Amino acid sequence: MLNQIMQSRLRGVMLLGLILIFLPAFFANPFHYELAIQVGIVAATVVGLNLLVGFAGQISLGHAGFFGLGAYFSGIATGTYGWSSIPALVAGAIAVGVVAWIVGRPILRLKGHYLSMATLAVGFIIAIILENERALTGGPDGMSVPPLEVFGWQLSTFGRYSLFGLEISGVQAWYMVAGVLLVIATWFALNIIESPIGRALRSLKGSEVAAGVVGVNTTKYKSLVFVVSAVYASIMGGIYAHFQGFITPDLASFDFSIVLITMVVIGGMGSTFGVILGAVVIELLPQALADFQELEMAMFGLILMVTMIFMPKGLLPTLNSVVPNITRKKAAEVRHDSTG
Amino acid sequence: MVRRIGKYAAAVATGLMMLSAQASEPIKIGSFVSATGPASFLGDPELKTLEMYVEKINDEGGVLGRDLELVHYDDGGSASSARNFASRLIRSDQVDIIVGGSTTGTTMAAVPLIQQARIPFISMAGAVKITTPVKKWVFKTPQSDRMAAERILRDMKDRGITKIGLISGTGGFGSSGRAQTLEAAEQMGVEVLADVTYGGSDTDMTAQLTDIRNTEGVEAVLNFGFGQGPAIVTRNYADLGMELPFYQSHGVASDSFLDLAGSSAEGLRLPASPLLVPDSLPEGDPQKEVVQDYKAEYEAHYDSKVSTFGAYAYDGLNLAVRAIEKAGSTDPEAVRKALENIEGYVGVTGEFNMSPDDHNGLNVDSFRILEVQNGKWTLIN
Amino acid sequence: MFSEFLQYLFTGTTIGATYALIALGFTLIYNASHVINFAQGEFVMIGGMTTVALTGMGMPMIVAVVLAVILASVLGLALQRLAIAPAKQADVVTLIIITIGASIFIRGIAQVVWGKEYHSMPNFSATQSLEVFGAVLNSQSLWVFGIGAVLVVALVLFFTKTLSGKAILATSMNKEAARLVGIRTQVVLMLAFMVSAFLGSVAGIVVAPITFTSYDIGIILGLKGFVAAAIGGLGSGVGAIVGGLALGIVEAMAAGYISSDYKDAVAFSMILLVLFFMPRGLFGAKVVERV
Repeated sequence: MLNQIMQSRLRGVMLLGLILIFLPAFFANPFHYELAIQVGIVAATVVGLNLLVGFAGQISLGHAGFFGLGAYFSGIATGTYGWSSIPALVAGAIAVGVVAWIVGRPILRLKGHYLSMATLAVGFIIAIILENERALTGGPDGMSVPPLEVFGWQLSTFGRYSLFGLEISGVQAWYMVAGVLLVIATWFALNIIESPIGRALRSLKGSEVAAGVVGVNTTKYKSLVFVVSAVYASIMGGIYAHFQGFITPDLASFDFSIVLITMVVIGGMGSTFGVILGAVVIELLPQALADFQELEMAMFGLILMVTMIFMPKGLLPTLNSVVPNITRKKAAEVRHDSTG
Repeated sequence: MVRRIGKYAAAVATGLMMLSAQASEPIKIGSFVSATGPASFLGDPELKTLEMYVEKINDEGGVLGRDLELVHYDDGGSASSARNFASRLIRSDQVDIIVGGSTTGTTMAAVPLIQQARIPFISMAGAVKITTPVKKWVFKTPQSDRMAAERILRDMKDRGITKIGLISGTGGFGSSGRAQTLEAAEQMGVEVLADVTYGGSDTDMTAQLTDIRNTEGVEAVLNFGFGQGPAIVTRNYADLGMELPFYQSHGVASDSFLDLAGSSAEGLRLPASPLLVPDSLPEGDPQKEVVQDYKAEYEAHYDSKVSTFGAYAYDGLNLAVRAIEKAGSTDPEAVRKALENIEGYVGVTGEFNMSPDDHNGLNVDSFRILEVQNGKWTLIN
Repeated sequence: MFSEFLQYLFTGTTIGATYALIALGFTLIYNASHVINFAQGEFVMIGGMTTVALTGMGMPMIVAVVLAVILASVLGLALQRLAIAPAKQADVVTLIIITIGASIFIRGIAQVVWGKEYHSMPNFSATQSLEVFGAVLNSQSLWVFGIGAVLVVALVLFFTKTLSGKAILATSMNKEAARLVGIRTQVVLMLAFMVSAFLGSVAGIVVAPITFTSYDIGIILGLKGFVAAAIGGLGSGVGAIVGGLALGIVEAMAAGYISSDYKDAVAFSMILLVLFFMPRGLFGAKVVERV
């Protein structure tokens, strides 16, 4: 059944939208909204990262660097220079995209784990710059960021807004923004996957040499998808900065890069809805571990290990293949479609 | 990584516990501290102090006839989780006052939110920028790094030193300390001839110290930083055979620093609260009794050594209690006003005299200069 | 001037030798299985922390060191046997995430068992620091160089003279062919993890008197080891050693001569430079992809 729903990208996105609409029924207080907003922003980031990991077969160990760079670009442009939010987000995305292109293009000519090393280095260099350029970034103690502002309309978590005559609170309005962004991010990613670029990328995963032989310009497509995933991170970083109202260089840390890649792998590389599930699980798992107190860290490591050992394909793809297959399609075929 | 993901960990458990406690209408003290992570040496004694004294105050009849209830979260030293927990304290737990923020980073991350929510907040972090310029709802208990810098430079000048080398950590504490030292030095007529830094997880600072050693005219060296870094600096300093007077900041004013640095620490000086040398205070020093009591009570309760950083929480809690008593209610604005007008509160850290222009209330003299002699802290003045 | 340079060189080579040992561990496992083992730093931590804990219980230093190294090696073996081997069909990326999980797990246990404090370890020999042309050489540095050199020679002998060593080499070059000639590749993989855990723990022990040690020291040392391996071309033993020393020296020189704020950035830029201009690393092997 699950497979059937996931089959078309339209139905998948609609299901995601429905979940997002009914989710607030389970929220008891504004803090729950805040949690959901953060999960949404991070989930949209990993949907972008998944394009790189799941379809170009490349690992980025520095994606938090792009996220952090986007966050600081928005923070500095709107806070220090008084830009409006949207131009800041766009300019930040372009800047990050250019950085990714400069780094990615020469590295992606090579085969192997080289992009992971290059992105690791780039992520660290970005974090070091954010920490040391105190005049611009406020240094390791961070800087505050003004609320999101669209056409003179400010979105603060403490504000009150009316929408179609309905009075809603600041966190509810933010939840809508985050939800809409996640749906758009997902829709866009699914379209890339189904486009000729996506098909070319999937052929890369099979065998890069074979793809090259049949005339697919592997370097170009890989670079392109790397840039797209960096742009995702940059935009979401900017949104996150506005939402939090305060940012520190931690956002660009190696730790956070690892968190992002872990979300992709645990949710299911190559499965757009899987990585969203991965983001939800990794962000919320510690709540379930609260009782373990001191052992929390060890428990988290253990769960991560065990999950990957027994579900090497990730949570959603494994669930998919376990749920009874009503459509009688061959399992492999279904997985191929549903992970799209 | 787990630190970051672990941000909501304690939240659920505490939330459940609170449901059952609604009936007696306690006064809610909220707190977010860095009980784990790289700043746990700050957050751990802070949390222990808060827990112990909330219990003690309740045993003695509470405040305004109501019990205190401590709602606390561990931010693991991460600014974004500190901000989230501040939000949870305000929005979900609806606390009356917040005593928290172990580091400047976690404090500053919560400030914009707290200013909007209009809840009194007493920070336990050091940087001068927390209360300068004054923020309406934000107070703090430790002396600022600016005061530490001034106190150190004054001691140097008393010894006839006017040209120094500065080595500082690149973390929040070190880099703010560095900026304040440079400013204070300029005002006080001290020249900083060498100015080098090291990263928080660096394992060897010999190169940076060599740089200072080879700078002509340096008469003393100051290290601004916290964590294990300053202990490595101290060791490298001794290994290099540098014999210039050596100063550390209040960031390492603890016995565990002496354990790490060992004999290399001999002769170094730093500014600290009198907590490390309670018995050397002269009779008649107003702080003597408070300091001795806190030390005795803490060490009896926890069977571990008292730390300067726990004292920041002690003073924060007592200031909060005093303000609530004076305000006669938990009305945020009344409590804030009362806090702002506290005068003559003698705490472990020093004597607090708050005012609308000074949300810290301490002066430079609350720092005592200590020197390591025979492996022990010794009061110089 | 010269004494200054020499001082940076001493500092850099000492820490660089440590990086090199850790990098060799990365290289060994990478060659045998194509896995980047992010738990490598935890072996370094286990070495240092076990030694500190055991000597703290009154054990003689040498016994503590031997036990620490054995514990780390067993842990390396267990990691391969219990975490890597069962995930047979897994992607390399999945295996990497497993090692990240293992590293968090080991660190989490260490935090509970040994606490969060930093610990100091005495120098191996009580002698004073030496003075060479105006530069100071910590007596522990000599131990780091000495033990590092002995290990490298031992490794070379191991790979060229012993059957197990040759089997590891053969498996790194071609897994299927190795299996065809009767090498049990699973055993070889276990051996590779064990040897690299051994190398990591020794690095963790010899460097602990200089850097202190704590439950989370493995994060930064492991990372630096990986950077060193990457500079050396990830997969080349000579590259790992040269990469480690180069990284250590560049860090010290950058801290001394350029800006200490940006010394880590200099180290990471080295990776980019190597990748841009010497894509196979300083000593990277030529790779032929099987189709």
